[in-house]
Amino acid sequence: MGVMIMNVDQARDWIAAIAAKVEADAETLTRLDSAIGDGDHGANLKRGFAAVTLALDGFEAETVGDVLTKTGATLISKVGGASGPLYGSAFRAMGKALTSADVTREQLGDALEAGLAAIRKLGGAQPGDKTMVDAWLPAAAAFKSSGALAAAAAAAKGAEDTTGLQARKGRASYLGERSVGHQDPGATSTALIFQALAGT
Amino acid sequence: MKKFINDPGDVVAQALAGLAAAHAELRVDPENQLVVRGDAPIRGKVGIVSGGGSGHEPLHGGLVGPGMLDAACAGEVFTSPVPDQIVAATRAVDGGAGVLHIVKNYTGDVLNFEMAADLAADEKITVETVLVNDDVAVEDSTWTAGRRGTGATLIVEKVAGALAEERAPLADVAAIGRRVNERSGSFAVALTAATTPAAGQPGFDLPDDEMEVGVGIHGEPGRRRSKVTSAREVAALMVEAILEAKPGLGDNAIVLLNGLGGTPLIELYLLFGEVSKLVTVRRSLIGNYVTSLDMAGASLTLCHADDEILRLWDAPVRTPGLRWGS
Repeated sequence: MGVMIMNVDQARDWIAAIAAKVEADAETLTRLDSAIGDGDHGANLKRGFAAVTLALDGFEAETVGDVLTKTGATLISKVGGASGPLYGSAFRAMGKALTSADVTREQLGDALEAGLAAIRKLGGAQPGDKTMVDAWLPAAAAFKSSGALAAAAAAAKGAEDTTGLQARKGRASYLGERSVGHQDPGATSTALIFQALAGT
Repeated sequence: MKKFINDPGDVVAQALAGLAAAHAELRVDPENQLVVRGDAPIRGKVGIVSGGGSGHEPLHGGLVGPGMLDAACAGEVFTSPVPDQIVAATRAVDGGAGVLHIVKNYTGDVLNFEMAADLAADEKITVETVLVNDDVAVEDSTWTAGRRGTGATLIVEKVAGALAEERAPLADVAAIGRRVNERSGSFAVALTAATTPAAGQPGFDLPDDEMEVGVGIHGEPGRRRSKVTSAREVAALMVEAILEAKPGLGDNAIVLLNGLGGTPLIELYLLFGEVSKLVTVRRSLIGNYVTSLDMAGASLTLCHADDEILRLWDAPVRTPGLRWGS
């Protein structure tokens, strides 16, 4: 049995840290989205995680999964757009994978991969399509091999590297080659999720 | 930004409150951002639900009523509605004959309507979906999210709504909706960008003497920019773009010359006059129907109609945004 790295309170802390980062970076996300999308990614995630904060306040969670499932369900109910269902499904999939009050690094690593699988199943994106997958995939792999700090760094690098890619999914894909040269807002918000996990 | 608003964060609900004040025949729920036909659900009639981001009015909430939609779900400005809303609308209009979802092809709309259809199935409501993807400015390929749903959405909603009113079964209502979509193409040209209440500034910069060719209805930039040309040339370029992608649509056509929100009718009629020289017009609709907030510009939709589509287009309709017949 591995070392426990996340309990219910720490899961709440993770979500609270994501909410704080999304709030702080909402304008950056919106600016990135204005360049290649419709300029609402920051506002939508801010609204979504504000709703999550309210939903978790007073919510009785017995397992790490309870916290993450509630987070996912709230995002699906409140965000709209593509990011609501995608992040919502990711958190729900992670929640389903974590059914105890304390989870090990291996379990959390498996859950992060389950979250990635949910995003890929729903959105149909391949690596290199300039989406959140390009940050989440290397981050989940780095978490398994080297932990949360490495995952945060891998997500940030994955997000930065989307700048050179041409979008093939979502609204940015309408731009074709003109999407090259802009960092993907979805990959950028994914990097915030992993930075929050690492406490950076 | 100069707009008639109270609070940028509460524009959708307050606009729906206005719709409710004007139209007592509709059940409007500003809080959950739903518009439902007052007499829904109608026993034995297929319920028709559409929805999408706000900012495209009268699409979709202004097209609820006899002969068209049974319910519409309004998302935030340019943001798709959420599954809870769509399920609530689906439940509200299910008269036992199933429910048709009319969905514009955008990633967010598609994902949220898919999730809602799954949830409705859990409640034993039969749902069929018609995906509208008429905007030929986008190449339909594995390299993009596919063609966007724009002006043809209104024609799909009108024609499917008319057939549902005749108590046709769900499969037939869905089939006619798909037929209209397959036989339709649209193309838009913008003279200015839209300003969302949340952003407070135009979605893109467009110099005074340039137009955005092939623009989307959420301020997505178009295929290219060019110098503003005459209406005659704009009409020709819109018609050519549609016919190049989908040949034959200019024959026997229902023509929607649609304003994007900030262009006066005098220009829309002038533009329609030019379009009418290039295609065979069987029916026409000119005005602001599938808008993009305050964007100046126009979109052209051609639907290559057959007798059945024309008959259903002509059938009576009574909604805030579209009404004719008895």
